[in-house]
Amino acid sequence: MALPTPVIALLPEYVLTVAGVLIMLIEAVLKPGTSRKPLGWLAIAATVITGCIGWFQIRLGTLSAFSGSIQVDRFSIFFHLLIGAVVVATLLASLDYFEGDAASGVAGNAGEYYALVLFGAVGMMFMTCSTELLMVFIGLEISSISTYIMAGFRKGQASGSEASIKYFLLGSFATAFFLYGIALAFGATGSTSIAAIAAALGSSAPSHMAFLALAMMIVGLGFKVSAAPFHVWTPDVYQGAPAPVVGLMSTAPKAAAFAVLLRITFSGFPSMEHRWGMLLWLLAALSMTIGNLGALMQTDVKRMLAYSSIAHAGYLLVAFTAFPRDGIAAACFYTAAYAAMNVGAFAVVTQVGGYGEKLRTIEDYQGLATRRPVLAALLAFFLLSLIGIPFTGGFFGKFYVFAAALEADHVWLAVIGLINSGVACFYYLKLLASIYAKPEDEAAQDASSVVPAERIGVPAGIGLTLAAAATLMLGIFPGRVLHLANNAGKTLSPDSAQGIAGASPAAPQVSPIFSLKR
Amino acid sequence: MNIDHTILTLIVFVPLAGALLLALLPDRGKTMQWGALGVTLFTFVLTLHLPAHYSYGVKSGTFQFEQNIPWIAGPAIHYHLGVDGLSMWLMVLTGLLAPLGALISWRAIDRRKKLFYVLFLLQQVAMMGIFASLDMFLYYGFWEMSLVPMTLLIATFGRSERRRRTAIKYFLYAFIPSGLLLVAMLWIYAQTDTFDLPTLANLAAQHAISGNSTAMWIASLAFLLAFAVKVPIFPLHGWLSDAIFEAPTAAVMVLAGKTALYSILRFSFAIFPAESHRIAPLLIALAAIGIVYGALLALVQNDLKRLAAYSTLGHLSFIVLGIFTFTIAGLGGGIYQILNESLAGAALFMLLGLLYERYGTYDMRDYGGLAAQLPWVATMFVITGLSIIGLPLLNSFVGEFLILSGSMQSVFAHHHFWTALAALGVILSAAYMLTMIQRVFYCDLGFKPRTVTGWDLDAREHLALWPMVALFLIMGVASPLWFRAIDPAAVALAGHPATAQVALPDHVLKLEAEASGGANAAAPAPLQPASGGAR
Repeated sequence: MALPTPVIALLPEYVLTVAGVLIMLIEAVLKPGTSRKPLGWLAIAATVITGCIGWFQIRLGTLSAFSGSIQVDRFSIFFHLLIGAVVVATLLASLDYFEGDAASGVAGNAGEYYALVLFGAVGMMFMTCSTELLMVFIGLEISSISTYIMAGFRKGQASGSEASIKYFLLGSFATAFFLYGIALAFGATGSTSIAAIAAALGSSAPSHMAFLALAMMIVGLGFKVSAAPFHVWTPDVYQGAPAPVVGLMSTAPKAAAFAVLLRITFSGFPSMEHRWGMLLWLLAALSMTIGNLGALMQTDVKRMLAYSSIAHAGYLLVAFTAFPRDGIAAACFYTAAYAAMNVGAFAVVTQVGGYGEKLRTIEDYQGLATRRPVLAALLAFFLLSLIGIPFTGGFFGKFYVFAAALEADHVWLAVIGLINSGVACFYYLKLLASIYAKPEDEAAQDASSVVPAERIGVPAGIGLTLAAAATLMLGIFPGRVLHLANNAGKTLSPDSAQGIAGASPAAPQVSPIFSLKR
Repeated sequence: MNIDHTILTLIVFVPLAGALLLALLPDRGKTMQWGALGVTLFTFVLTLHLPAHYSYGVKSGTFQFEQNIPWIAGPAIHYHLGVDGLSMWLMVLTGLLAPLGALISWRAIDRRKKLFYVLFLLQQVAMMGIFASLDMFLYYGFWEMSLVPMTLLIATFGRSERRRRTAIKYFLYAFIPSGLLLVAMLWIYAQTDTFDLPTLANLAAQHAISGNSTAMWIASLAFLLAFAVKVPIFPLHGWLSDAIFEAPTAAVMVLAGKTALYSILRFSFAIFPAESHRIAPLLIALAAIGIVYGALLALVQNDLKRLAAYSTLGHLSFIVLGIFTFTIAGLGGGIYQILNESLAGAALFMLLGLLYERYGTYDMRDYGGLAAQLPWVATMFVITGLSIIGLPLLNSFVGEFLILSGSMQSVFAHHHFWTALAALGVILSAAYMLTMIQRVFYCDLGFKPRTVTGWDLDAREHLALWPMVALFLIMGVASPLWFRAIDPAAVALAGHPATAQVALPDHVLKLEAEASGGANAAAPAPLQPASGGAR
């Protein structure tokens, strides 16, 4: 291979950037009103190529480039592949959506959207493979700015603009926190490289400034993953933003932010684990509880899913309190499962609502099973996965997270989590029962079913199939993804004793569950 | 070709394949009905392979038709299926009820047939999976999965406006305790490193799961709670009457009872033998109260389905009483009674469904004097009613007799008060059942029979009901046919505590000493004792 290491390491990002710029240029040349679908297919092709490159990179082992500020390892590749998959599924699901409403003549300028998605993906990938806090920050900004714009992409809609501005204001505030954290970390340790920080902290007594730095960064990332109490923007933004964009921004940027959080906590500040462990314990418990209780009262489907995503961020944070390798593997697996089912759920919402987003509330969804049985069945499947019914990805995600937490003696957190998933199934079921409940007025329903239902487009069909297949595969054969996740965990925390796979009797603990009660 | 090793997989997944097939076929004419009937009949024929090739008289505690394939490496989960005397007949029963359920829904379900039959077959998959799984994790998967089709069936085909609430109520009632069950399962896994039930049962017999008796106690309660809600055991029956009230006939037939009772016998008793003995006095008391409570509530209902719901509660409590006596007679009778209750209950709900199809109401006050118009329906109803009451020569008599005699022998019910109370339930159940038959079929001609023309059983309905009635009689007079397989299972379950030796709280030890004494005294010839009661 003739290419120099820096090129190979960042090849995925290069490909996406070039494709994004190309799309921007072509969009400017195209006449308004012509179909933008070819641009969408170009974006999809670029992402697929990126994924193939990532797959190829696994064999190369750990690549270090740009004086150690970029590190492509199994951990970052796991997230690269995940982000790529999310982007492909989202693009497929939204190919028809952004063609706009032919009737009202609103052209979508869809090319800009495709370019923004790709740029966002570049930022997120950057976040996962940087080992230098300032590089992480740059990635965070790239991805954030493109999501701010995408949130308001349905022009001429007040709620969209509101969502965009809210997201932007609160988001920039949070990134400031993150930046301040970096500055404090530099003050405490004299470096912004994660490895150097770990080395400096490992040799000196724990300083308050370093902990404050970490706390600031957790605040900034907590906003990005919408963990309570930094979640207030989530419902409004999710409600106002276009459905396919919500599907993207509730999964990919979150996955990237979680990757950063994993890297910073487990490999940057491992010596302070007992302190940030407490902090994240609290965040996890709060997010689960607030997210689920908030979702109980919602009538708007997107708002409900927004609260549900807060709760899922909480479940994911539970994994951070576990032993490093268990925790990282469980978190990686959960991110993948969550991404599959959430992208799927929002893809269905996209299809059901259409560009105008006509169907919004749970009542609107009543009788969906009669009108569009396939979409209803898919949504039901994704909701069941979100509840955590066995044989779906959501179940194994929760299973691994809580198993890891139990392993590390966090019984009460696991109990809070399981009570929460009991509460959660109430609101998912409300929607599920609504979809499958008989329409109140059977006669009117028969009349309306004479009108041919809109068909699902081919690309959207592919996207939905991908999401459903991924959710099912993760629920029936989790082994392969778990293997990747375990490898990711091993990369990030090589010294720890065991992964989930080896929850062996050799582990030196007695009675992990009830030790709290002794 | 020898299919002994794959037969269970076939039984579990043929309905799934059928469900997928039906989902792809167009919903025209009677395609769905015939498709579902074909699939369920085929599954039933497959289940008959089990008793035909079962080797009776093997050592208790062994499983047959086993299939054990590693499924997920970490945590160590196996695709492990197998049956013994306890689960075999339950699988056959489930196989039998499914085609009957399809027959009885033939005309009752006229809208969204595809959805109905797909969900119906998925329910079948989950139940078969529950009975066949020997890996705790796999079992848990089917256990949770069984909630989903039933919830959707209630939400979609419930008959009143409250169906959505009822569906959610049913799901939450069952799902939340299942969460605790999962925690307990994970804890056991952390202790033993295995989900394999036979391995766990061996460990439990040697008291080697955990030395922490408090933790074991709490875990056993988590197991029992999850199962008790699904049975349901008094006072956890809040969902039962609503769910039965809403659900369509074919769903009600498989709604309550057998899966959860089986789970108590299979999992609670095998993994927590000492703890199960410890809590037995409480469960015996609750069961006796449940018997009388269900019967008393059934007496005052005007709605036929609610009456049947409370009758179900009472008769399920009977089974709980039997199995928690930990005597061979009680356990054997309890297992047998699970079959009887499922059959008789299903027949009752089928008949109620037939009446509803004809007259469009479950309100008893609207009926009366039907016997003259519908002689066949009346005949079937009376036979079913007599079977539920426990008339000698019919099936329930055998089970109830054994349960009561078992609870007399039991060391837990010292003063026999609870047995006496439970026996009172027999009288009460005769009272409400006969009153109902009298009000519906005899009396003066009611409002509905005067205004609506009913029709007697048609060929399809005859076909659905005759197997039931025939089985009532056969199971009543030829019970040894079934006890050949059930007895070893009952002996194994009753015999567990004989090996209890590890440090436990004093009163548990004392109970166990008595229990093992009782079990030994009652088990001179392990294969005979229960059928002795039937003679």
